[in-house]
Amino acid sequence: MKKNINLTLKVWRQAGNRDKGRLEIYSVKNISTDMSFLEMLDVLNEELTQAGKEPIAFDHDCREGICGMCGAVVNGRPHGPERGTTLCQLHMRHFSDGDELVIEPWRSRAFPVIKDLVVDRGSLDQIIIAGGYISVNTGSAPEANSVPVPQDAADRAMDAAACIGCGACVAACPNGSAMLFTAAKVSHLALLPQGKPEAARRAMRMVEKMDQLGFGNCSNITECQIECPKEISISNIGRLNREFFKAYLVSEEQ
Amino acid sequence: MELDAKIPSGPLPEKWDRHRFELKLVNPINKRKFDIIVVGTGLAGGSASATLAELGYNVKSFCIQDSPRRAHSIAAQGGINAAKNYTNEGDSIRRLFYDTVKGGDFRSREANVYRLAQISNAIIDQCVAQGVPFAREYGGLLANRSFGGAQVSRTFYARGQTGQQLLLGAYSAMMRQVAAGRVAIFPRRDMLDLVLINGRARGIVVRNLITGEIETHSAHAVVLATGGYTNVYFLSTNAMSSNVTAAFRCYKRGAFFANPCFTQIHPTCIPVHGTHQSKLTLMSESLRNDGRVWVPVKAGDKRRPEEIPETERDYYLERRYPTFGNLVPRDVASRAAKAQCDAGKGVGDTGLAVFLDFKDAIRRDGRAAIEKKYGNLFQMYEKITGEDPYQTPMMIYPAAHYAMGGLWVDYNLMSTVEGLFVLGEANFSDHGANRLGASALMQGLADGYFVIPYTIGGYLASTPLEAVSETHPAFQDAVRSSQKRIDTLLSVNGRRTVDDFHRELGRIMWDHCGMSRNNKGLEKARELIRALRSEFWKNVKVPGQNETFNQSLERAGRVADFMEFAELIVLDALARQESCGAHFNEAYQTPDNEALRDDKNFCHVAAWEYSGQDREPAFHKELLVFENVALAQRSYK
Repeated sequence: MKKNINLTLKVWRQAGNRDKGRLEIYSVKNISTDMSFLEMLDVLNEELTQAGKEPIAFDHDCREGICGMCGAVVNGRPHGPERGTTLCQLHMRHFSDGDELVIEPWRSRAFPVIKDLVVDRGSLDQIIIAGGYISVNTGSAPEANSVPVPQDAADRAMDAAACIGCGACVAACPNGSAMLFTAAKVSHLALLPQGKPEAARRAMRMVEKMDQLGFGNCSNITECQIECPKEISISNIGRLNREFFKAYLVSEEQ
Repeated sequence: MELDAKIPSGPLPEKWDRHRFELKLVNPINKRKFDIIVVGTGLAGGSASATLAELGYNVKSFCIQDSPRRAHSIAAQGGINAAKNYTNEGDSIRRLFYDTVKGGDFRSREANVYRLAQISNAIIDQCVAQGVPFAREYGGLLANRSFGGAQVSRTFYARGQTGQQLLLGAYSAMMRQVAAGRVAIFPRRDMLDLVLINGRARGIVVRNLITGEIETHSAHAVVLATGGYTNVYFLSTNAMSSNVTAAFRCYKRGAFFANPCFTQIHPTCIPVHGTHQSKLTLMSESLRNDGRVWVPVKAGDKRRPEEIPETERDYYLERRYPTFGNLVPRDVASRAAKAQCDAGKGVGDTGLAVFLDFKDAIRRDGRAAIEKKYGNLFQMYEKITGEDPYQTPMMIYPAAHYAMGGLWVDYNLMSTVEGLFVLGEANFSDHGANRLGASALMQGLADGYFVIPYTIGGYLASTPLEAVSETHPAFQDAVRSSQKRIDTLLSVNGRRTVDDFHRELGRIMWDHCGMSRNNKGLEKARELIRALRSEFWKNVKVPGQNETFNQSLERAGRVADFMEFAELIVLDALARQESCGAHFNEAYQTPDNEALRDDKNFCHVAAWEYSGQDREPAFHKELLVFENVALAQRSYK
């Protein structure tokens, strides 16, 4: 196995939200295939800094695939070519010597570019603020085992709760919809007995907020599911639709 | 000066109850008159923000990341301890208390740890009510598993993502309060200074990471929940933005720093692969239940593991610790791995790794059984290293992981600066010289959900606090000094990058103040750190300007503080002439090479007071009194 590779990168550079932005070409040499994608960008940034140029801005934090901070579109695919993988967990052994990589930020009306590959995902917080919680004040909780939760329901809730809020689903969707993100939270809470009392209100409010924020509609293209680094299923979108219609038709919350 | 921890009188189990009764209350309708700043949105900061807002206070919440949901608590894998005794194994508040005190090698405060154990059960109740999807048994009740340092199953978990789920619980509770208008969130802010007025913490200075604007925020009290500092080692399991700056700025404003040399090095991490590595990834220590740790008998043996016959392998943990074998505690396992690598027996390209072999377990239990237990961890390992641990042994090596040390706090979690409270990993209080697995999550949430809401009320109700505004000269002074520092960093325009300096600092700390320390090495580290720090301010290269999104500048400020803080760690390590828990000074060991405490001279918390630039900090101690447990020597033979 060849341990080091050379690559050509076309990276989106944009000084700020008002700047038009453009792709710039860089070549990186002698990249160890044991490196992560972000470490490869670190190498380029060290070179740019040494050369007196501005390094490429990109978001990242835990670098172990759980915080949801990182993400870029690599050759048209959010978080790159590997399934179920965040950009920080994508390793260079999945690329070949001489490859050309186009690296762009998430593209969505609801995610304005801050700089280069960094976007503002505050709109995802806004969706949660609209109702992505169970209303329970600290101190008022009943004893933990007083409400049994069937193992299967807990498992399916956990599948949905694994969402890291990275926004790849939005970036992948031709409509720029946040349905998978919203559905994951609605499902996580609707599947648990603790989440039932507010289920109708939650579904209505979160969907309404999503529309207000400029996210598109879901037309079952299913790209979101393919690109989700936590492989969250679109069956959650089905559950969100059921929760929403149930709420819309029979709930007092209109 | 001897520090007063303000521990309530009375028998241990009654202290917290009595104290809550004695604390003054803020009338519910008066709570809205108080503003509280909370810095950090991890388990401690997030839970504190949510709970204080529920009580009616006005909370301003700050974090570095783009969203409060991303704090590094999210990366905790294993679980959270509580004394529920659902497994009927004889667990109790007292047992959880005892295990934690003993695990910390008798260097934590009895009253705090007991309170932590008392609160642990309410945390589980709260998290379940929020919708945290904990693992369940078929009957629908909560499942438990075992962790190191305990003989009972008391750990609650949500797959390998317990930290994520608990954090999202705290985050959602906090977002509910944003909707209610009681919490204002300020993401992408870096805390640069603490502002004191009349000797009390009354506000902070932050840098807006998008615009570069230096902002001021005032309040009646400041709560710091900014996590740990093990990124001082450059390579650690911490997130890239984890740093000491907020805590260190408070130290410079008068908050004492306690036990900074207590840094936990976790034994089972994926080894360093090369010079460009940016961080290290933890593999849950549960793997040591079935994996056998070994190195080649012969130094410099570079054969593939499959080619090394059984007779030429040294299962050194099983050999040295026949009773505990591969399941010795973290500090012991880490030191043993280092000793093998130092002797030239390390494996892999760098020689800084040992094997963790599942061959015997797979042969014994079958591949399916191992897959069920550890499937996701094996997959993660394969993703990072490109090697299949079902076929070939894993390679592991210790990595810096957690800071037991932190800002000194009293029983109320208040620092030596009045009105500055410190929660979670950022304080020093509960883990002594070594933290047990699944206890960090417990402490962060205990501090935020169930301690600070009462103790901050006691402070606000009993302290006369005049109105202050951000036009006060103290704010303007702090802004000026923050701005000056930034200007200096940008103006040096030297030849070495920030990361280059950070990497060298990490190397010094790892080599001389890591798993194993000696006085000569520590003295040398001090000189090296001073030289590097002086070079930093002459030769660092920080591109760009302040008035933009500038990640190099962010890192430069943090590394500049690590350069000073590293020396404090070394100083603390030199002052503690004993070995205890994670602090192992080679001069103090038993004939079996175990940590040898000196309870006569060092049964205390070391708390350091800043005395000015380039001056030796002043040493203070809090004597640790053990009335409920007997001090004992740990042995794992």
